[in-house]
Amino acid sequence: MKKHLIPLSLFAGLIAILAIGLTLNPQKVPSPLIGKSASELDLPRLYSQERFTSSQMLGSPWILNVWASWCTSCKEEHSLLMTFAQNHFIKIIGLNYKDTPQAAKDWLLKMGNPYEMIIEDSQGKAGIDWGVYAVPETFVIDSKGIIRYKISGPLSEDILQQQLNPLLAQLRKEKP
Amino acid sequence: MLRRNRFLFILAILVFILSRSASAASEPYPFENSEQEKTYKELLAELRCLVCQNQNLADSNADLAKDLRQQTYKMLVEENATKQEVVNFMVSRYGEFILYKPPVSAHTGLLWLGPLLFLLIGLFGLYRYIQKQQDVKGSNYD
Repeated sequence: MKKHLIPLSLFAGLIAILAIGLTLNPQKVPSPLIGKSASELDLPRLYSQERFTSSQMLGSPWILNVWASWCTSCKEEHSLLMTFAQNHFIKIIGLNYKDTPQAAKDWLLKMGNPYEMIIEDSQGKAGIDWGVYAVPETFVIDSKGIIRYKISGPLSEDILQQQLNPLLAQLRKEKP
Repeated sequence: MLRRNRFLFILAILVFILSRSASAASEPYPFENSEQEKTYKELLAELRCLVCQNQNLADSNADLAKDLRQQTYKMLVEENATKQEVVNFMVSRYGEFILYKPPVSAHTGLLWLGPLLFLLIGLFGLYRYIQKQQDVKGSNYD
């Protein structure tokens, strides 16, 4: 009698493992960039003739938000980003990914602008260097220029509460 | 005769399907030599498109796949990079997930050795089962 329980329990174990597998999101790919120095950005700005270089951000943590006017899930996170920008001192740089300046400006006029600065990656070259594969994506870079966090896909209230806010609190403490 | 026609018909469909999938995404790129073209094609077959995750770069029509094909071409032809250099470039940005054939390392050990492990467990179970059957037979003949 006991012997029959062995294959049954093995089968149950297998079902359990497969069930856990079904709940995972295959779109969530861990980024190899976390804990590494961010790739240097040198891109034109949307509302300015000057260029942006990521080295000018050294000394304080900042957020890079990859977005585009053609991206529907960017709309989803936008109102959240607006309130976030009002309530936090951390600078959010918007990387306008594979977009045109006019479409980007129209979109921001309609939706509001949460960004400190917007930089243009019209060819998506910087996107490749930062391992962007889905828009929107959000990176947190610390004061030493190291990528500490990356999320692919739209931000949500849960993500802000559980992941982003604790990290930002920690970064404030690290600040010399 | 009828059977032969049917065979030719199926063959024609197969050829059609295969030729279509091979040309799903091919930008006209000039290569300096056939070696380069071969490496390019190998890379496109071995690298995963992260947008359509069950397609490689050669098959995918996603925008990102197009960009990564262009990047691969640029590195191979214009910068004379080796195959390994292109692979390292992609892995350092997108992670090992981009490789359809993950490298053998400590943390992919279970992935590579898992099937062998299951085979050994199965063989062991079979051995035990046969042994027991023989014991039963043996006792019957007593």
